[in-house]
Amino acid sequence: MADFKQLVEHYSKSYTIKDVREQKPSLAFLRVGKDEAVHLIRDLQETAGYTHLSFLTAIDWIEKGHFTLTYMLHNYAARHSIGVHVNIERQPAEMESIHQLWAQAATYQRELREMYGIRFPGSPRLDDDFCLEGWDDIPPMRREFDTVKYSQERFFDRPGRASEDPRAHMQQILYPTHKD
Amino acid sequence: MHQQHSPIDLSSGKYVKLWQGPQHPGITGNMSLELAVCGDEVAECKTHVGYLHRGFEKLMERRTFIQNFTVVCRIAVPEPTFNEYLYAAAVEELAGIDVPERALWLRTFNLELMRLASYLMWLGGISASFGHGTLYQWTVTHRDYVLDLFEELTGARIYHMYIVPGGVRAGFPEGFADRARAVFDKVERILRDVETVLFSNAVFKTRSKGLGIITQDMVDRYGIVGPNARACGLKRDLRKDEPYLTYDQVDFEVVTGTASDAYERTWVRYQEMHQGLSILRQCLERMPMDGPFQARMPNVLHWEVPAGETYVKAECTRGEYGYYLVTDGSQYLRRIHVRGPSYTHAVALMEDLAVGTNLADVAGLMVSLHTYPPEIER
Repeated sequence: MADFKQLVEHYSKSYTIKDVREQKPSLAFLRVGKDEAVHLIRDLQETAGYTHLSFLTAIDWIEKGHFTLTYMLHNYAARHSIGVHVNIERQPAEMESIHQLWAQAATYQRELREMYGIRFPGSPRLDDDFCLEGWDDIPPMRREFDTVKYSQERFFDRPGRASEDPRAHMQQILYPTHKD
Repeated sequence: MHQQHSPIDLSSGKYVKLWQGPQHPGITGNMSLELAVCGDEVAECKTHVGYLHRGFEKLMERRTFIQNFTVVCRIAVPEPTFNEYLYAAAVEELAGIDVPERALWLRTFNLELMRLASYLMWLGGISASFGHGTLYQWTVTHRDYVLDLFEELTGARIYHMYIVPGGVRAGFPEGFADRARAVFDKVERILRDVETVLFSNAVFKTRSKGLGIITQDMVDRYGIVGPNARACGLKRDLRKDEPYLTYDQVDFEVVTGTASDAYERTWVRYQEMHQGLSILRQCLERMPMDGPFQARMPNVLHWEVPAGETYVKAECTRGEYGYYLVTDGSQYLRRIHVRGPSYTHAVALMEDLAVGTNLADVAGLMVSLHTYPPEIER
């Protein structure tokens, strides 16, 4: 998208924009530093027409030692979306809030606090439970959270089949005395 | 960005805390509204979700790409087909798989049939929320006829697992197109009765007009999409704005309103049902009835999708529904984020619109926003 290239050129004068990639004509990604991200996002919203926040989510790159936040912004007039990537440390995980730009951002930030442990100071109801009432373990979407270990510690195994193989299991039920 | 309301002093004796939900008469799904009421007027509303959190996004990180296709349809209970399509589309884009034309038409038909079933249930829900129990029975009965079509086409009524990466699982059974047309005729007849009973009913009109007004300046501030936005005059529909599948080969109108209150939103959705029936009939006329319906696929038991990321979206009954997929070149996806419209409609928007509403109308307001909690907490 020619306009997107012009947009990147224009904002590169004020921000350090890296890893620019056009996935398809209607979607592109770029990365900006943590200190500049909210300013760039506000600029895109107020002056470039990216007025819709589709979502805000996080990816845990545990092997690289950071989270990548993805802010997906959409421009209805241009029919174009930009995924703004921001890398933040895993510990402590904190990012400036954008709840003043979009009302739904507070909900996304609340979920990211609960699921990844990422804090957004000043975001409304940030410490209220979102999905996990009474959760007392590490944020579960982090890659180090072991779902199998959690299940084995919290729940009891019901007496069931010893074999994972459906054929062996059915043979035992139907023909318990048969030896293959 | 939330509207600033006066703080509630619960010790003053003026307010009572009520808990509405998690069961609702409009079959929206399970979420709770913590209401502070003064008399019968809502002074504060806090939403509580989590009753339907099943951990899909974490679960899918531990399943291979082909295993996930049996999982995704269960994310949004009333409209599973959109999840199947979006997951398949995201994986196909990153894996470089082209879908045959016949499969594109079959997918379009499937999505529109799902839209019809979902809207029929919703129409029953909005009617029941305002006391029309009989209308609910009419629409849910006719939804059953649509689910029978799904059962014939896919083998299942609700969770079809019909759209798979590469195409679809099967073509039409013999005589299916004629049976589908017969069901569409039945649905059109009942919709005429619904229009007569619901939209000219004095009680429904009095209670729904002016309820939960959304203005155009609220739309982008809250991320409002779909009929909620179209009802206030914004002509935004992904099927027209960013066509996918075969939506650029069918004719339909984008229905808009003038003032997005509960009545107007109901009217817009009702009109969209007629547009959907027209699209379905066009699909039956125009789709190729022979040819391949699935692309040649790699060995899906050992399928490594190249590293990348994408965001694919579709226009579901509630608006923009999207899948954000990140892959790292392994046999497992790195991250998947499901973007459901109710994330903003049922939380931030609902909390602000409920303030000042009569307690008896809260259920109707909630259903008029067409909220689906399963897609909020996933």
